[in-house]
Amino acid sequence: MAEPTIAPENPVKRLWHALEAVCDPEIPVLSVVDLGVVRDVEVSGDAAVVTITPTYSGCPAMAYIEMMVRDAVLGAGFNKAEVKTVLAPAWTTDWLSEAGREKLKAIGIAPPAEQSTSKKSLLGIDPVVACPRCGSEHTEILSQFGSTACKALYRCTDCAEPFDYFKCL
Amino acid sequence: MTAAAQREALFEYLLRLGDNCLILGHRLSEWCGKGPVLEEDIALSNIALDLVGQSTLWLDLAATVEGAGRDADALAFKRDVLDWRNFLLVEQPNGDFAQTIVRQFLFDCFHVELLQALTKSANQEIANIAAKAIKEAVYHRRHSGQWVIRLGDGTEESRTRAQAALEQLWGYTRELFDGDAIDEMMMQAGIAIDPGDFHENWRDAVTAVLGEATLTVPEATWSIGGGKKGVHSEHLGFLLAEMQFLPRAYPDAKW
Repeated sequence: MAEPTIAPENPVKRLWHALEAVCDPEIPVLSVVDLGVVRDVEVSGDAAVVTITPTYSGCPAMAYIEMMVRDAVLGAGFNKAEVKTVLAPAWTTDWLSEAGREKLKAIGIAPPAEQSTSKKSLLGIDPVVACPRCGSEHTEILSQFGSTACKALYRCTDCAEPFDYFKCL
Repeated sequence: MTAAAQREALFEYLLRLGDNCLILGHRLSEWCGKGPVLEEDIALSNIALDLVGQSTLWLDLAATVEGAGRDADALAFKRDVLDWRNFLLVEQPNGDFAQTIVRQFLFDCFHVELLQALTKSANQEIANIAAKAIKEAVYHRRHSGQWVIRLGDGTEESRTRAQAALEQLWGYTRELFDGDAIDEMMMQAGIAIDPGDFHENWRDAVTAVLGEATLTVPEATWSIGGGKKGVHSEHLGFLLAEMQFLPRAYPDAKW
């Protein structure tokens, strides 16, 4: 009899571990788990179903992420991989993990400054965004849109450094 | 009403939602690489991306409702002018930057109101898409609104152009709020509300920003519609010729 391809202990844990290695292609310091893009995993025998949700409706990375997730599932020893995409509840930056926020800061991207349900965010008032380089709160928005759908462009008026801000959604 | 008639109406309604997003998204994408400044080039392309993404969600759902074996791509790339259901407003050419921004602002204000209503749709899939899209639409409205203020309350040149754009586009806005039999059916099924119901909200939102921009709300001296029934301006054909060229010329092409 052939060896089972999946160790019986902790297949779910192993799957999450594998998914933590799937990086966002546009912000590669973040995994799809950090981003909150992975919503659910289900394991049944040698089959796994991963449920993901898009960040922005037109996020061009989704097809690629889906492919990478599928590869990760197969790479973790499962023989059947299914990737489901759901829209509801709609993705929010509140799902960004604490580890993810720290990783963003470390590469010079300011993480979302507040909860998406805060009044300011709902009214579209710019939050106070701290400079990821020097920590100063004297910053100004340069452009509402940045190098990817999820970012805006800011500048620190103290250290003069321009930086990306992961906008609140 | 038969189930088939209801399905047909829902399909038509979803085409309207998807087509508005796709045509406006395509128009904005025409700015890619030639925006007035780099930041704005990126902004318009980002908004285009959101709208094209939203259109995919709507057209996917439309294709499922239709159940005729077509998918979102088939609906986007293999329909001719008369089968498109977008408003005349969104197919209008980009013109100068003021025209693009004013068109966007008039649509964004409408879009936010519409999506707000659709988040309460009796159709759960429609409510889900609306809940996702509205976050993006609010951000778009903020962007276009800020530009309207900057252009209107800017130089003589920018002000003149913004006012001219308003005069030129205002007559196309009436269509956004004119309900028809399809809207009526959606309303009765609890899927959508009468677009006329949020005309007042739209007008208030637009008027507030135009006031801050020191621009004048145009007199409604003319109006033209028909887009949502498939009667389009000549501009749409040219747009489709470009947008659909590749999949029509090379039907087997794959990325």
